[in-house]
Amino acid sequence: MDNSFISRGIRRCSTPKFLAWLAPWAVLLGLGVFAIGLCLIKGLNQTNMDNRFAFGLWIFLDLTVIALGAGAFFTGFLLYILRREELRAVINSAVVIGFICYSGAVLILAVDVGQPLRAWFTFWHPNVHSMLTEVTFCITCYLGILAIEYAPIVLKNRQLRDVPSFLLFEHQLHKVMPLFAAVGTFLSFFHQGSLGGLYGVLQGRPFAFRDGFAIWPSTFFLFILSAIATGPAFVLLTTWMVSKISGKQLVRHSVFALLAQISGWLLIAYVGLKSLDTLVWLNVTAPRSGVSAIRFYGWQPFASWMLVVEIVVLGLLPALIFLSPSRRRSTPWLITASLLACGGVAVNRFVMTIQTLAVPTLRFEPFMLYFPSWQEIAAFVFVIAYGVILYSLSFRYLTLFPQERELQQQ
Amino acid sequence: MATEQKPKSRFGMVIDLDRCNGCGACAAACAVENNVPPAHPTATDRTGLTWMRVYRADNRRPFPDNRSVYFPVSCQHCGNHTPCMAVCPQNAVDINPETGVVSQIPVRCLGCRYCMAACPFHARYFNWFDPKWPHEMENALNPDVSVRMRGVVEKCNFCHSRWQAAVARAAANGNHDIDPADYVPACVEACPEKAMTFGNLDDPKSEVARQSKAPIVFRLLARLNTDPKVYYRSDRDWVRRLGDTDVAQGESEVSRG
Repeated sequence: MDNSFISRGIRRCSTPKFLAWLAPWAVLLGLGVFAIGLCLIKGLNQTNMDNRFAFGLWIFLDLTVIALGAGAFFTGFLLYILRREELRAVINSAVVIGFICYSGAVLILAVDVGQPLRAWFTFWHPNVHSMLTEVTFCITCYLGILAIEYAPIVLKNRQLRDVPSFLLFEHQLHKVMPLFAAVGTFLSFFHQGSLGGLYGVLQGRPFAFRDGFAIWPSTFFLFILSAIATGPAFVLLTTWMVSKISGKQLVRHSVFALLAQISGWLLIAYVGLKSLDTLVWLNVTAPRSGVSAIRFYGWQPFASWMLVVEIVVLGLLPALIFLSPSRRRSTPWLITASLLACGGVAVNRFVMTIQTLAVPTLRFEPFMLYFPSWQEIAAFVFVIAYGVILYSLSFRYLTLFPQERELQQQ
Repeated sequence: MATEQKPKSRFGMVIDLDRCNGCGACAAACAVENNVPPAHPTATDRTGLTWMRVYRADNRRPFPDNRSVYFPVSCQHCGNHTPCMAVCPQNAVDINPETGVVSQIPVRCLGCRYCMAACPFHARYFNWFDPKWPHEMENALNPDVSVRMRGVVEKCNFCHSRWQAAVARAAANGNHDIDPADYVPACVEACPEKAMTFGNLDDPKSEVARQSKAPIVFRLLARLNTDPKVYYRSDRDWVRRLGDTDVAQGESEVSRG
C-alpha cells in the first residue's frame, strides 16, 4: 500500500503488520495525552510530588534520556569532526534517537513546570548565574540543531527526493552538516555539564554539593563524561533492538565493536574520575559543611550499596567488558554491557535528583520517600510511545542505516 | 542578580526557643496577613502552604527525662550566595537592597521549583492547588497583599506589605527612614510569649542586634555558610545542637510540626 514511500532495495513488513505494531503504542500515547491533559488542566496536584520532593520521576527520567540522547551529538562529533567514517552507518539513527530524547524531555519539562506559558521568561529575564538558564538556552538551541540534522534524513525519502527543490536543499544541508555537528557538540557539552551543575552547585544540599573548577562543580564534568560514555552504548543497544525487532541485519559487527570500544575508554575514565570525586566529597567537601557524608548512606533504602552498584557494577564492569577484545566480538556481551552502562547513567541521575531530595538537611526533618502517581508514569509512557512511533515511521520510510541495503544483498 | 550587594539594612529576627510553646499563633497570623489560602481538602502536610512552620523536636530520652522544643521555621533570608536566588532561572527571587529581605516575585515565577530543591531550610512552598477561600471569606483578605496563583512558589517575606506601609508613613511624615517600631511582621506581633524579636541586625542600638550576639544564640545550618538572618536562642545545649548540619539518623529528632 505504501511501498512507493519505502526506499528502493529495502524490505519492510506489510502495511497491516506495521499498523498492528503501532496500535498498542498509539493506545499508550493516548493514555499519556490524557494524563498530560490532567496535569495541565487540573495542575501538578495530579502528581505525587510535594514541597520536599519538588522534583520527581520526570526530572530523573529527563536527565536520563538526555544523557542517553548524547549518542546523537557525540556520534556526529566523531564522524564529522574526528572523521570516524565507520560511524556513518549509525549516524542517521543516532540523530533520530537524539531528536526523540530531547524533544520528549522538553515536552515533559513543559508539563513539569507550574506555569508553562511563562517558559519564555527565561529568555526575557535570564539569571545568567543559574545553571538552569544555561540548560534552557542550550537545550532549546540544540533541539533546533537536531531538527536541522533530521531534515536531510527526511528529505531523502523516496517520494520527497522527486521534488527538485527538496533535493537541492538536502544537498546544501549536507554541505553544512559538519558546522551543525560542531555547534551541536559545543551546545551539548555545555548543557550536559550544566545538568550536572544543577545539583553540584546546591550549597544548601551537602548531599549534592561538590567542589570543582572555576565556576563549575565536579558534577559538571562528570555529567558530560558519563553522557558521552553511555551515548554510544545506547546507540549500540537501540540498533541491536531494531535489528532484532525487524529481523534484519542493519550494520556490520565492526560498527558495534567500535561503538563499544569508544564507550569503554570513556567509561573507564568516568569511573576513575567519579571514584576520585566521591572520595573528595566524602573526605573534604561534606565534612567542611559539618556533615559526615558516609552517614547519608545510613538512610534506608538508599544505603551504600547504591554507590557500589553505580560505580562498580554499572560502571567498571561494562567498561571492562567493552575493553576486552574477545568480549567485543560477542554480541550478547556487548548488549549486556550496554544495558549495564545505560543503567549506570540512570542510577547516577536518580541519585542526584531523587536521593538528594530524600535526605533531610534540617535535623528535625525526617528522611522521606516518594512514589510517582499514575499520571506521572503515564506522561512518561507518552514519551516512550511517541519515541517508538516516530522511530518506527523513520525506520520504515527513511534510510536510517545506510549499510542495510548492502547487507541485505549479501 | 544582586546576591553580593550589601543591603542598606539587614532586617532579621531572634526566636527564643525556650519561650516558644508551639501554639502556632505565628503561623496563623502569617497566613491571615499574607492571604495564604486554607488547605485544599486533598492537601497533605507535604503539599500544604505555610510560610511559618512550627516543628516539634525532642531530646530522644525516655520519660521522665524527655524534653521537647518547638522550632518555628520560616524563610531564613540568607545573605550569602542566597541559594534560592542564585538558582532561579528567571530572576523571580530578589533581595531588597533596602532591607536585605529575600522576596519571591510570583508573577514572574515559572514554577520550576529549582529554588525549593536549593533551599536547605525547606522553607519554600509550591501552590499545588488553586487558591480558594470559603464563601465570603474573600472579604477578609488583606488588600495590601496579592494572592498567588496555582503553579508558583511562595514563601515568607517578613511581611513586605507592612514594610511598604511603614515606608509610606515615614514619607508622609517627612522622614527618610522608617521608625523601627512601625515595621513588625505579623508573626512577631502575634506571639503570645513574646518569643520573637525583630529589627535591623545592623543597627547596634536595636534589641535584635543585641540579642543576636548572645553566646546562646545560633543559626540553623550555619556551617552551610548561607548567612541566615533568623537567629534562634536557647539555654539548652541539645536544642542548640539541633540547629547544626549533621543529619545522623535517629539522633535527637522528631516529629514534624
